[in-house]
Amino acid sequence: MNTWIAIGVTVLGCYAVKLAGLLVPAHTVERPYVRRLAALLPVALLAALTAQQTFADGHTLVLDARAAGLGAAAVALMLRAPFLLVVAAAVVVTAGLRAVGG
Amino acid sequence: MDQTADGADKPDAAVVRDALGVGVAVGLSGFAFGVTSAGSGLGLLQTCALSLLVFTGASQFALVGALAAGGNPFTAAAGAFFLGVRNAFYGLRLSQLLALPRAVRPFAAQWVIDETTAVTLAQPNRRAARIGFTVTGLSLYVLWNLTTLLGALGAKAIGDTRAWGLDAAGPAVFLTLLAPMLKTATERAVAGLAVLLGLGLLPVLPAGVPVLVAALAAPLALFVEGRRRGRAGQDGPDGVEVDR
Repeated sequence: MNTWIAIGVTVLGCYAVKLAGLLVPAHTVERPYVRRLAALLPVALLAALTAQQTFADGHTLVLDARAAGLGAAAVALMLRAPFLLVVAAAVVVTAGLRAVGG
Repeated sequence: MDQTADGADKPDAAVVRDALGVGVAVGLSGFAFGVTSAGSGLGLLQTCALSLLVFTGASQFALVGALAAGGNPFTAAAGAFFLGVRNAFYGLRLSQLLALPRAVRPFAAQWVIDETTAVTLAQPNRRAARIGFTVTGLSLYVLWNLTTLLGALGAKAIGDTRAWGLDAAGPAVFLTLLAPMLKTATERAVAGLAVLLGLGLLPVLPAGVPVLVAALAAPLALFVEGRRRGRAGQDGPDGVEVDR
């Protein structure tokens, strides 16, 4: 039930902001500070999420095969690999390390 | 920004090709979401509902990640919501470019995401922008939902998603979205501070909350930036920023 509540709230919230962007007259929110903040918020959220989903195990921080997987993804990104290949690199390296007992 | 200044022609076929390229490539990654969501303990219906109704990848990954970590549903939804706020700013730009009739906007809104915005902004005129938006939106929506379903079914078939390294897909997706945003020192500082806050507070705060606190790195960086500029007095009084 909790999962459905979370899904419902996310559905409504995400659709509302998408629609608001199309309906609200641009000049009301197109102030430089608001635009800058809107550009920086995803940076902060994505950085925190990347770190947490790589190093978190519940409430403890761990260093496991996922870190190597993320490293592989970073290398693939620097080599300008396409999106799917970057994700595949992370998955394959993580699985490979676990297979050999990492 | 004002496309009347640049009314260059671009063949419709070229626009469709660009749009399909993005739509297909990113649409296929719905598979990663389906697998991750199922691996996080969500049911088939819940996983598909997210792709059909939320349809903004980063928020979907964030939500299932937070739920898997045992987060409160509202905290989990808040993280997903704040990630989705950027779509409102995409919509502001797109509504100028596309000039959609009011009756169409509620339907077009669901497709206002990173990829459709990137394709639409790259077009030279309104006709191309409309074609680019529609083709990217449609191909991405159809594929993303199909591959979500396949991924969720596949995850069930393969059993332990961790053994297959699939728990590394989520962070890799986030990193891929994040990397092109790290253009200046401010963005890198925000990312670094957010990582410190997100990891440092993880042991002490309820699941999902550290990410929300980490989001404060953004206004904090703007505040420091503003003060520094005020002291240096090198820019205009309002510190107008040029983005993109």
